[in-house]
Amino acid sequence: MGRKLLTEHINVEGINTFEVYRKHGGYRSVEKALKTMTPDEVVEEVKKSGLRGRGGAGFPTGMKWSFLAKPEGVPRYLVCNADESEPGTFKDRQLMSKLPHLLIEGMITGSYALGARTSYIYIRGELLYVLRILEKAIAEAYAAGFLGENILGSGYSLDLHVHPGAGAYICGEETALLESLEGKRGNPRNKPPFPAVQGLYARPTVVNNVETIAAVVPIINEGGDEYAKLGVGKSTGTKLISACGHLNKPGIYEIELGVPVEEFIYSDEYCGGIWKGRDLKAVVAGGSSVPILPKELILKTAAGENRLMTYESLSDGGFVTGTMLGSGGFIAMDETTCIVKNTWNFSRFYHHESCGQCSPCREGTGWMEKVLHRLEHGHGSMHDIDLLVSVAKQIEGNTICPLGEAAAWPVAAAVRHFRHEFEWHVTNPKEATAPGAAYRGAAVLA
Amino acid sequence: MEPTPAPTKPTFSPAAQAEIKRLLTHYPEERSKSALLPILHIAQAEFGGWVSPEVQDLVAETLGIKPIEVYEVSSFYTQYNLKPVGKHVLEICRTGPCMLRGSDELTAHLERITGAKVGGTSPDGTFTLKEVECLAACGFAPIVQVREKYYEQLDTPEAVDAMLNELKSLVHRPILPWEETGLPNSLKNY
Repeated sequence: MGRKLLTEHINVEGINTFEVYRKHGGYRSVEKALKTMTPDEVVEEVKKSGLRGRGGAGFPTGMKWSFLAKPEGVPRYLVCNADESEPGTFKDRQLMSKLPHLLIEGMITGSYALGARTSYIYIRGELLYVLRILEKAIAEAYAAGFLGENILGSGYSLDLHVHPGAGAYICGEETALLESLEGKRGNPRNKPPFPAVQGLYARPTVVNNVETIAAVVPIINEGGDEYAKLGVGKSTGTKLISACGHLNKPGIYEIELGVPVEEFIYSDEYCGGIWKGRDLKAVVAGGSSVPILPKELILKTAAGENRLMTYESLSDGGFVTGTMLGSGGFIAMDETTCIVKNTWNFSRFYHHESCGQCSPCREGTGWMEKVLHRLEHGHGSMHDIDLLVSVAKQIEGNTICPLGEAAAWPVAAAVRHFRHEFEWHVTNPKEATAPGAAYRGAAVLA
Repeated sequence: MEPTPAPTKPTFSPAAQAEIKRLLTHYPEERSKSALLPILHIAQAEFGGWVSPEVQDLVAETLGIKPIEVYEVSSFYTQYNLKPVGKHVLEICRTGPCMLRGSDELTAHLERITGAKVGGTSPDGTFTLKEVECLAACGFAPIVQVREKYYEQLDTPEAVDAMLNELKSLVHRPILPWEETGLPNSLKNY
């Protein structure tokens, strides 16, 4: 059993209240940072920890923080991205509802490190009930002197607010999120300038995922070097994995990075295997936008090594035989799953969520959805399968934001590994579209 | 023939006004437009679960911005209903992880027992069915959101009945601050 740095106390009764959270060691990182460290020393510890963005991109957090422009007399902001909406990902909702003070503590310590005097938590609008939990906890933190003027007599002051979105996946992209926070449509901005130079209200801004900010707490408490001892190589620390789909025990697991994928799926400590005694067919390991892998390739790399839950091991083989850790949204599919239908479903999602700014994404996502729909319903042709690959390729790299790639990758990977299943829908449409039909042939592994 | 009376201009209740005033303190004074999304949520809760053009104009007036700035936002975000809705809006998650755990069957079942079709409202005006994309509770699929509450693991007729019975017992009233309907089961174990 690995160490739990974030969720150790998650099921303690009343841990959502300031009093109980404090009793279990809460807000120590704020005391330590504000009383004994300079802001730059806090950034240094985060750098040493090797922490990488937990929202999906995996960019080193300390480096992101050190890019923040600090012109004299200009306010700067820390904005927490709580717009969790990558299909398969549901860890932040749990963390914020049960441990609201952990996020608030991370926001205070992080804001101190960055020199922010006002910070925001941007939460997806569907989670208004979680927003209320956070607001209640923020009020407690103000009352206890951990927010507001002159925190703990340190001379440092911070205001923290929660801001709801209103239903738009694209607002998880950091510049779309900032637009939305300014009261506009969530259209991603052209970069540069990057948010570190011109972010919220054109001020220098850092945007970090909920789990990333929460991880700052144990990093400051224990030191960056200690944190970096957990995990494997450049995948340091712990990660929350949201496990869903056809598993016996779906849910949220905090793992030490480096757990073998096979152990994660089958051991009783984690997901307890595939439901209904069925066989595993495929896994989407890091949220819907990462490449799908057939069972053989998710358990072992092309070279036959055990696949581990790390950034490096999951991406071993590139997009030919590998995938990504992404947001840790782990979707398992059993042997009865229709890959064509699932790919169509994800395509419909990206079409629905495209903001419409860039034509390759706006038109391409709709086109892929249409082609997949006719394939799934037995009206497709062999040409359609290549058409999908061609459209996916033309979206990739030709859009302002990564939604284009997020839409293209799952389609390209599904065709790569499950081409026979797509072809079967063309050659045997009656059989393929019968209720409950599922192709049981072998996947393409290279 | 009687002339059609001019529609009365909507106004925010005192509770809503107080909440709006509080929200405006969160942003720099010259950036009050930032409060647009949260104020639209309040407006939707106050005025029957949707935002009519008149209500959107009221929001524009409240923030001192042009009506078009509200329309372009209300039409972008899926949570704002731009047409009248039934007493309860059931937002059914249709995305991959929910589909793997039976959201198609759930939608068909809900259409049968409520008499509403997806995108429409039941003849008695009680239920509106709306399909939505990922609600970020995939481990507890399939899921329906009704106003602020998630109903999870709706994979049996009994679970669906329990949800509908709870909804029938709720008195619909203007909600501010956001109504306490309790937490979803997955968040309750403490």
